[in-house]
Amino acid sequence: MKLEMKDSPGQLVAALKPISDVGGNIIAVIHQREPDLENDTLNVQIVLELPEGRLEKLIQLLKDQGVHIQRIGEERLLYKRTVIMIGHLMHTDLSDTVDQIDSTGFAEVSELSMSMPAVHERSSSRITIKAVSKDDMAAAIAILRRVSQQKSLLLIEPLEDIA
Amino acid sequence: MKVALIGLGSVGRGVAEMVIKKDLGITITGVADSRSGCMESPGIDIPVLLAKKKKTGLCGNPEISAMDIVQNADYDLLVEVSPTNALTGEPSIGYIKAALGRGKHVVTSNKGPVSLACTELRMMAQKNGVAFRYEATVAGAIPVMHVLEHGLGGNEILALYGVLNGTCNYILTRMADEGLTYEQALLEAREMGYAEADPTYDVQGIDAAIKLVILANTIWDNGVTLNDIERTGIDLLTADALRLAEEEGCTIRLIAEAIPRKNLLRVSPRIIGKNHPLVVEGTLNALTFETDMAKEITLIGRGAGSVETASAIIGDLLFIRDHYDRRA
Repeated sequence: MKLEMKDSPGQLVAALKPISDVGGNIIAVIHQREPDLENDTLNVQIVLELPEGRLEKLIQLLKDQGVHIQRIGEERLLYKRTVIMIGHLMHTDLSDTVDQIDSTGFAEVSELSMSMPAVHERSSSRITIKAVSKDDMAAAIAILRRVSQQKSLLLIEPLEDIA
Repeated sequence: MKVALIGLGSVGRGVAEMVIKKDLGITITGVADSRSGCMESPGIDIPVLLAKKKKTGLCGNPEISAMDIVQNADYDLLVEVSPTNALTGEPSIGYIKAALGRGKHVVTSNKGPVSLACTELRMMAQKNGVAFRYEATVAGAIPVMHVLEHGLGGNEILALYGVLNGTCNYILTRMADEGLTYEQALLEAREMGYAEADPTYDVQGIDAAIKLVILANTIWDNGVTLNDIERTGIDLLTADALRLAEEEGCTIRLIAEAIPRKNLLRVSPRIIGKNHPLVVEGTLNALTFETDMAKEITLIGRGAGSVETASAIIGDLLFIRDHYDRRA
C-alpha cells in the first residue's frame, strides 16, 4: 500500500505500528523523499502480509494516526475460497459464470482449473475466488449458488464454518 | 429386567446374541420377527430361538404378531428394531406408542419413528413416567445422545457437523483413493454389502438428512422435519472433482450440518481439508459439535453393523436399568 504522512519525527514509526498491532508482517518499506514535494508530507510504500479479515481494521488504525492511504495495491483481495463445479460448464457459458463473480467489483475468480472429458460428459472445475471481506465472500458464493441452480450445475462449497 | 424384542434382522439378532453372551442380567420375554412371535414370561431360550429362526425363517408362532407381544407380553422395556419406514414410521410408531402407553420403557434403532414423531414420543414417555431412548438411530455405535445429554450437559450446542452415512463415505473414500468413478465405487460398495440394491436413500443424502432431523429435534427441540433440510447427494460427483480437490490438499465428503444462528440445515458434498477431523475413512462416521463451554468436540466411530448397533442399544438398555428404572 502507498501511504502519505506528515514529514515529522516519529511519524513513520507511528504508521508502521498498527501493522504489527493487527498481526501483519512487513515485507518491505520503500521510503522516497521527493525533493519537489510542495507540502511537508512523506510518501511511503509498504509491502505487507495480513491475516484474513484484518485489512479493514488496519485501514481504520492508520486513518486514526492521520495517515492518508493513497492506494492499496493489486493484492487487495484477501479472502480466498475454493469451490468445485460439476456439469456442462462449457455449454452453460463458463465465461458468463466467471463474469458473474468478476463483475461484482468486490470479488473475482483468481484461478480456474478444469477437466474436459468426452464432449457430452459433464466436466469438473475448481474455481478459486478472492474477495475483500468475509461478507463479500459470502455474497460471491451466494451468486455462484444461484448461477449453479439456474445452469443445473453441481456446486461443491468448502466446509469452513468450524471455528 | 425383562425385555421384549421386536425385529430379528441383523440388529435384533446382534442384540439377542450380545445379551446372552455377555450375561447382562437381562431376560428376553418376547421376540417378534415380521411373520411370527414368541412370548414366555420366565424368559425365552435365545440360542434355541435363533437356531429355529435360522432354520425355518420364523422365530415363533405365526399366530402371534409383533403387536400381540407389544400389548400382552410381560416386559419392562421394549427394544424396537424392526425395519425402518422413513415415510410413515409405521408399524414401529404404533408399537412404540402401545408400549409407552403400557408404561414400558422403549429403546429403538428405528429412524422412521424418531424422525417423524420425536417430540410426540418423548412427551408420551414423559407422561407415562418411562424412558424413550434412541441412541442407535444416529451414527451407529457412537454414543452421540449420551454425550449430548450427559457429557455435554449444560453446554449450548452452537453447531453440528457430521459424516453420518457410511455408504457415501465409503464411496467418496474409494473415489479419492483409487480414482474410481462414482459408478465403480458404488458397485464396489454393493459387493462389500455397504450399499443397498437401490442406493437412492443413501447416495442422495436422505439417510443423512433423517439423522440430522433426529439430532436437531433432540438438541434444539425445534420440530424440524425432513422437508426443512436442504439436501444434495453425491451421485453426480465426478472422479475429476475428487482429483481437483486433492490437488489443493483437500477431499470431498458428504457433510450434514446444522447451525441455528444461521438458520442452516443442510446435507451436501463439501470440500474439506484432508487433515480435518471429520475426514474419516471407509464406512466410519464422525460428528463435530461446537459448543459454548467445551468448544469443539469430535466423535468418530462405526456407523453401522449388527454388533456395533447392538452396542448402542445395550448402552441405552443398561442406562435405563441403572439410572432410570426405579422399579428394578
